[in-house]
Amino acid sequence: MGELRLMKGNEAIAEAAIRAGCDAYFGYPITPQSEIIEYLAAEETHKRTGMVLLQAESEIAAINMVYGAASTGKKVMTSSSSPGISLKQEGISYIAGAELPCLIVNVVRGGPGLGTIQPSQADYFQATKGGGHGDYRLIVLAPASVQEMSDFVKLAFDLAFKYRNPAMILSDGMIGQMMEKVELFDPVPRNTEFDQSWVITGKTADRERNIITSLHLESASMEKHNQELQKKYIQMQEQEVRIEKIQCEDAEFLFVAYGSSARICQKAVDLARAEGIKTGLLRPQTLFPFPTKEIEKMAGQVKGILTVELSMGQMVEDVRLAVNGKIKVEFYGRAGGMIPTPEEVLKAMKQKIIGG
Amino acid sequence: MTEEIIIAGFGGQGVLSMGKILCYSSMMQNQEVSWMPSYGPEMRGGTANVTVIISDEKISSPILNSYDTAIILNQQSLDKFEPKVKPAGTLIYDGNGITRHPERKDIKIYRVDATKEAAKMDTVKVFNMIILGAFLKIKPIVKLENVIKGLKKSLPKRYHHLIPLNQKALERGMEIVKNIIPDKIIKTSSFKKAI
Repeated sequence: MGELRLMKGNEAIAEAAIRAGCDAYFGYPITPQSEIIEYLAAEETHKRTGMVLLQAESEIAAINMVYGAASTGKKVMTSSSSPGISLKQEGISYIAGAELPCLIVNVVRGGPGLGTIQPSQADYFQATKGGGHGDYRLIVLAPASVQEMSDFVKLAFDLAFKYRNPAMILSDGMIGQMMEKVELFDPVPRNTEFDQSWVITGKTADRERNIITSLHLESASMEKHNQELQKKYIQMQEQEVRIEKIQCEDAEFLFVAYGSSARICQKAVDLARAEGIKTGLLRPQTLFPFPTKEIEKMAGQVKGILTVELSMGQMVEDVRLAVNGKIKVEFYGRAGGMIPTPEEVLKAMKQKIIGG
Repeated sequence: MTEEIIIAGFGGQGVLSMGKILCYSSMMQNQEVSWMPSYGPEMRGGTANVTVIISDEKISSPILNSYDTAIILNQQSLDKFEPKVKPAGTLIYDGNGITRHPERKDIKIYRVDATKEAAKMDTVKVFNMIILGAFLKIKPIVKLENVIKGLKKSLPKRYHHLIPLNQKALERGMEIVKNIIPDKIIKTSSFKKAI
């Protein structure tokens, strides 16, 4: 068993990054995720593993530092919260276009605009449908516990390198700020072996020049590049979907929720079962690739689905696409940093699905 | 066993660290814990609260609407959280600065005058440990030895010499906590009713 600690979600991300052999972090502080950079600074990563820690002059600078460092085949990351992530979108689009691996953490706060510092899940569209310009996808992981904040850092790096694609951890102020018991994984050294045939670290006489770019001026070449990217995304959809099912075996009514709202729904499932209502919870751990097939399958079993989000309704669109009209899919959510209680969520299930 | 607790008071009273020590102590007993602070654009002197859940099983929602125990350290928090204690639940409060005392009859109410007691000790900073002691007297969910272990784990080494003082405060809290029956408070505190 690994080392047990009581940690904030944000601290768990930072500790996991060091342990995953991350080479560099570039970022700019913003609530509610500043503990990530604070923790890394306090740990003196340059002494511990040699990991570079740099507070950039802005979010835009930070993401472009990630772009540059990732081009050299290093394991690099950045983190921010909603308005900061919006600033990074141009860079993220370039990184996705140039097919570089990296980790981007978004500890979401309420929006739009400068918004609030309280938890929210209103960046679902931005995270899963692209965010920046062009036809691209991020691998999006949604942790629902401090344990997963740690575990998903390692997973995100693994997937990012496997597909040479940026991976995002989409968390929120609730999971970021709360403390739970976390079992830390054993540290892996930096500079672990992987395919480095594409990196730009100086051309040697025995190989062709490597070029990292997202610029393809000829339409035919640009289209071909898009087709290659799509192949990657399809492969992700076939191989990388991850979900957790809670009390789904005999469920008649289903909650679909991710991250912090999944935790609230889990309690609502218990409350419902205490009243004799058979509910279950399907929790996507990957938001892209989305568990379309798994939800479609559940639509053959349950009578109705309630999607719960800390937003005005975003993931519910993907749930409806998966269900394709087979059964009723309704939405319940709070926005702007307000968090529903398990009782409120159960009430919505009764009113919108069971009674309706 | 699952114990759902809210600890609420002013920022600076040690509300969050009390919750943290309770979590560490429970971890020493291999229990599951969650610590969810109210975080916001609040300043010193504002209200602070933390939801602590201790359980033998995996914890679902870290945010709750009702609590087994409410530990209340100021009037605003008493007004806000007294109605949220589950029936037959427990409310523990410090009487300092309280003008409207708890009134519910379907819950168990305990008073611990920790502010007054802390003033008599070597440092008033042990205030929150007196409160924690009172809680553990009423709900002995964590052994005192595990609280000491938890303190060792959560405090930086340079403060370890203060652990005996904290232990003394915990024990003092256990001694001075007393059960309150709301009726009596209303009768004695209301002058009109008394005459």
